[in-house]
Amino acid sequence: MTALWLVPFELHDPPGLLPWLGHRLEPTFRVQARVLEGPLDVAACLDKRRGQYDTRALLTRLLELPEQGLILGVTSADLFLSIFTFVIGEACLGGRAAVVSTYRLHEERYGLPPDPDRMRDRLVKEAVHELGHCHGLVHCGDSRCVMHASSAAEDVDLKGYELCSTCHRSVANARGRG
Amino acid sequence: MSNDRYGILIVDDEFSVRDSLFHWFRKDGFRVGAAENAAAALQELQKEPWDVALLDIKMPGMDGMELLRRVRQVSPDTVVLMLTAHGTVETAVEALKIGAYDYLTKPIDPDELVRVVTKALQHRRLADENAQLRTKIAVLSESDELVSGSPQMKRVMDMIDSLAPTDVTVLIRGESGTGKELVARAIHARSNRRFFPHVAINCGALPESLLESELFGHERGAFTGAQHRRRGKLEQADGGTLFLDEVGSISLRTQVELLRVLETKEFARIGGQKAIRVDFRVVCATNQSLEELVAKKEMREDLYFRINVFRIDLPPLRERDGDVPLLARHFLKHFATKTDKEVTDLAPDALAALSRHSWPGNVRELKNVIERAVILAEPPVVRAKDLVAVAGVAAPAEAPEALGSLADSEKAHIARVLERCGWNISQAARVLEVDRVTLYNKIKKYGLREQ
Ligand SMILES: [Zn+2]
Ligand SMILES: [Zn+2]
Repeated sequence: MTALWLVPFELHDPPGLLPWLGHRLEPTFRVQARVLEGPLDVAACLDKRRGQYDTRALLTRLLELPEQGLILGVTSADLFLSIFTFVIGEACLGGRAAVVSTYRLHEERYGLPPDPDRMRDRLVKEAVHELGHCHGLVHCGDSRCVMHASSAAEDVDLKGYELCSTCHRSVANARGRG
Repeated sequence: MSNDRYGILIVDDEFSVRDSLFHWFRKDGFRVGAAENAAAALQELQKEPWDVALLDIKMPGMDGMELLRRVRQVSPDTVVLMLTAHGTVETAVEALKIGAYDYLTKPIDPDELVRVVTKALQHRRLADENAQLRTKIAVLSESDELVSGSPQMKRVMDMIDSLAPTDVTVLIRGESGTGKELVARAIHARSNRRFFPHVAINCGALPESLLESELFGHERGAFTGAQHRRRGKLEQADGGTLFLDEVGSISLRTQVELLRVLETKEFARIGGQKAIRVDFRVVCATNQSLEELVAKKEMREDLYFRINVFRIDLPPLRERDGDVPLLARHFLKHFATKTDKEVTDLAPDALAALSRHSWPGNVRELKNVIERAVILAEPPVVRAKDLVAVAGVAAPAEAPEALGSLADSEKAHIARVLERCGWNISQAARVLEVDRVTLYNKIKKYGLREQ
């Protein structure tokens, strides 16, 4: 079975989040999730002026790791992608690295009381979504499918956790080929 | 997938801009091209048709403004969007005058990009073709959990079919777990609004102030800690369906504001001035008697009349003739596929147990019971002893024990479940309805070990 490495950096969310996330991701992609121990030096990926991490640089950094299989970086820091003001996550289409941020998934960012369950819901959806891109999936027109495009946290709430049957089949096919 | 026939051409001298937009649109399923200057762009436009072009205003050599003029000549059907840096908005406005459709400011707000590109595509009258594609998707994704063979549900389905294409407001009544949200989704999926979002909100789950923020959204800085703007459900539902679940639990104050939006189709975000126009269909659901709430003055009568235009009463599962085995088999197939387990049917003792049960939690309860049964079952069938949550079913199957302390029976119960799940911790945790960490701690505490 393919390994899925969860790589924390600048992660200030409660411990236990990553094992939990890995457990949620395992059945969807038929992978074995493992959390990479030890800190990852990502200082070079920080844009000090913006106070955000550059996702392109992060993906390159993640791919330098010796670990084989899929790699998902998870952070509490805010992310940007060159000319975009922010992104919640990013992945190489058909590649093996992705990154997601919990920064904008927290209700506190919007002045609302903390809602850890909702934050975790959003994180799972975003993680599945980005890993879906790694499996070659593009955005899906089915508004319930997790591959439906969503650029803000409130839009993430509208879609489901799971791949629709069409996207699910594409992932299964990709796995068959790979 | 639904975009794969449309081409977007990105013209910018900066590699990082081309690169990030290229990948962004590829993920949206578009055919994407990139050019680093005006000359290369014009070549691309000659080679193949492009539906949308994004032009950077400031480029060395021929700039975006001049390129826009040329594009208008050589490819008048291409919708042009300008990319502009902060502080050069005047030039962008100038571009609109000579035929650009809209402009985006760098750095780009992802929300804004989605909005502008969607509008640009609609403008190109591609919306109709797009719609055809999406119809297929909508039909595919229609809920299969309304599976039924009973005459009671047939009546409901007929009602859904006849109501869906109209824009009438619908009130769904039924006990909890009967599938009110599924009915709302089915109405949406069969309506002319199906290409737009179905936005559900559970009004009973949120305190008053949060419900307001959730419905109306807020501007950045509207209250302490609001670092980012947020759109509310009313805005997200624009064009689609707004589903208000547990509508009877909305506070009187919020009822006033909601009624105003339903009447005027206009509202402002909290902390904002600008009136936002919205257009959506309203579907409500409740398991309470709204008439009683009105009599007790807990619900405004005018709101009651506005939402109670057409009513669908959902029967509880125990009154649906023949649906228990039908649904049980349906869920069994679903969970067997999902967990990759060769469980193919229900044994006669399981079927008997299911039909004896009164299903106070309705379809949702049945679904949970079957999910756990599939985990516990020894292939190829689910037996009565696997139906752990059905009262009075599982207990006799286990050996009687001497009366002991609560801890003793907890230990014994956990051991039994672990045994039955083959010590698969995740599955056992699912059956026991605890998280894995809790289960690990209990295993340690009781010193349980795999035999
Ligand atoms: Zn995406
Ligand atoms: Zn999909």
